[in-house]
Amino acid sequence: MIPLIVEIEALTKVYESKLRVVALDGIDLELKEGEIFGLLGPNGAGKTTTISIATTRTLPTSGTVRIAGIDVVKHPAHARRHIGVVPQFNTLDRSLTVYENLYFHCRYFAFSHSQAKARALELLGQFLLTERKDVYPAQLSGGLAQRVQIARAIAHRPTVLFLDEPSAGLDPQSRMAMWGAVEGLHKEGITVLLTTHYMEEADSLSDRLAILDYGRVLALGSPEKLKATLGAHTIFDLKLKSRDGLEPVAVAMKARPDVTNAEVTADGLRVIAATSDGLLPVLVQAAAGHGLLDLKITEPSLETVFIQLTGRDLRE
Amino acid sequence: MNNSTESRGQRSEIRDQRSEIGPGDGEAASRPGERRGLGKQLKALLGLLLRDLEVLTRDLGSRGSGKANSGKSYSGIPGSGLFVKAFLGLFLRDLRVLLREFHVFLARVGMQPLLFLFVFTFILPRMGGANLMATGGGVDFGTILLPGLMAVAIMFSGIAAVALPLSQEFGVTREIDDRVMCPLPLWAVALEKVCFSAMQSIIGALLVIPMAYYVPAAPVRVHVANWFLLALVLVLSSLLTGSLGLVIGSTVNPRQIGLVFSILVVPITFLGCVYYPWKRLGDSGLVWIQMGVLVNPIVYMSEGLRAAVTPGIPHMPWWAILLALVFFTAALGRWGLKGFLGRVLA
Repeated sequence: MIPLIVEIEALTKVYESKLRVVALDGIDLELKEGEIFGLLGPNGAGKTTTISIATTRTLPTSGTVRIAGIDVVKHPAHARRHIGVVPQFNTLDRSLTVYENLYFHCRYFAFSHSQAKARALELLGQFLLTERKDVYPAQLSGGLAQRVQIARAIAHRPTVLFLDEPSAGLDPQSRMAMWGAVEGLHKEGITVLLTTHYMEEADSLSDRLAILDYGRVLALGSPEKLKATLGAHTIFDLKLKSRDGLEPVAVAMKARPDVTNAEVTADGLRVIAATSDGLLPVLVQAAAGHGLLDLKITEPSLETVFIQLTGRDLRE
Repeated sequence: MNNSTESRGQRSEIRDQRSEIGPGDGEAASRPGERRGLGKQLKALLGLLLRDLEVLTRDLGSRGSGKANSGKSYSGIPGSGLFVKAFLGLFLRDLRVLLREFHVFLARVGMQPLLFLFVFTFILPRMGGANLMATGGGVDFGTILLPGLMAVAIMFSGIAAVALPLSQEFGVTREIDDRVMCPLPLWAVALEKVCFSAMQSIIGALLVIPMAYYVPAAPVRVHVANWFLLALVLVLSSLLTGSLGLVIGSTVNPRQIGLVFSILVVPITFLGCVYYPWKRLGDSGLVWIQMGVLVNPIVYMSEGLRAAVTPGIPHMPWWAILLALVFFTAALGRWGLKGFLGRVLA
């Protein structure tokens, strides 16, 4: 059995001020060793609060979080040995160089001088930062700073890495490089919990994910499972030369058990299906008489699931 | 591009490994980013100091570190050695930052007492009788001033070393989040700040002594009758101002940190028996001031140093001084820790 690295049970957090805010309303999550777990949700859904509590920076109102079996409220200092954090904002030590940031981080985690030095140099090499080892964080671009932050977060070889919106504010290249680094770590067996707004990223990277809103878990499972069970659909857009006599085709399509909807559009035909298995040849055949110009297939996306669950209204 | 980066990385690794083989060179010398210059010798000294600390703590930490570095030991709470090492790590980090700009530190702690001594004990006495301060009571002003200036140096260090960086780390940069993720109880993170500040305070205070020896026109009568008392007062005063710095750093809005100097630091300095002995307030009929300033912790620092360094000048009884210093350190420490925890933990 794969051991559980992060166990979150009935976690609640209520901010008592003029306005009573329930940030978390009973969250239960479990992370298995070695998986990448995505936490999705609109702003204010409780993602960052969850991470803050799990990384000992916020106290829960009730409920428990255990990291590698250690209760984070009862033994925060010990739990921190197992935790690596890449926070939303750049918290690199501005008074130290890149090398020193890594070196002293290791010292904080009880490495000896030679161990810390070896580890810092190893990480500089691994993250292609060797050339910039004597640079101060203020001189780094957002993408590079993020890379240093990831290197620092894993320097003490934590059991689980928390990434709080790691791609926010990064250009596409830096984002891809960052994900490359995370996937590399994943291959080394580290457990990752990440929050993100980017649906494609959550989809392609996460082994499992949870969609959070109003402090509750709305959906939990692998991206494929979520898309399948929550009614995400494949959309076929057919661009046709002639639209004459298309109505009967649409009706015939709609009659099929695997098709949810079919309609005539300005360009031709749109078919929305629960599964795409075996439908493509049927569609091509049906469209043959109308001069098929183009066919666009939109795979079921997490975004449709997400919007379906959390609604379209804008959050603050 | 990647190839060249990597090969360069390997080369520098080899270079660093080589430098590690030679045990003779100090740690500071093998550090990257070292700026050669003024404090080269000091840095070599630091290297030796770091190495000593390293050896000293190796045994302490060995119980915990094995597990910490092997990575995947889920079970078990390590020994307290891990905490000691983490604490030391934080201290070394602060030491590194301080020594990189050691001349700035020296200027910061040295400028004020130097100028004070220069103006009041060198320039003004040469202007003759116009300077009442310098002749009061027959004792030359320099002797009165020395312990007071030591107290001010201690206080300024406490505020500059804790309050200013802390308010910045709590502010926009949120660098504190990094320090807080150390495998240490939060109170120990705060304690490290106070201890490091205390070290700076003691250096700052001791720097005043040679200045008082060379600058004033009239000789300053220094007589340390009780070294133990001096050490005790120095350490307590330094911890007290470190705690005061913790209170300020964690309760004052970073944007208003400048105000602290005009609203708090200047008043407690001027009403802190720095420039006059406490007993003489009563002799001058200013009993209400004499009683009023008792709430000011700086008074006990000045008087304590007076008792220890210039016992010839009338001062408070030593037991009252020590009692007050302990009381204020405990009270401010508690308040500061509460503020610190409040800021760090949501």
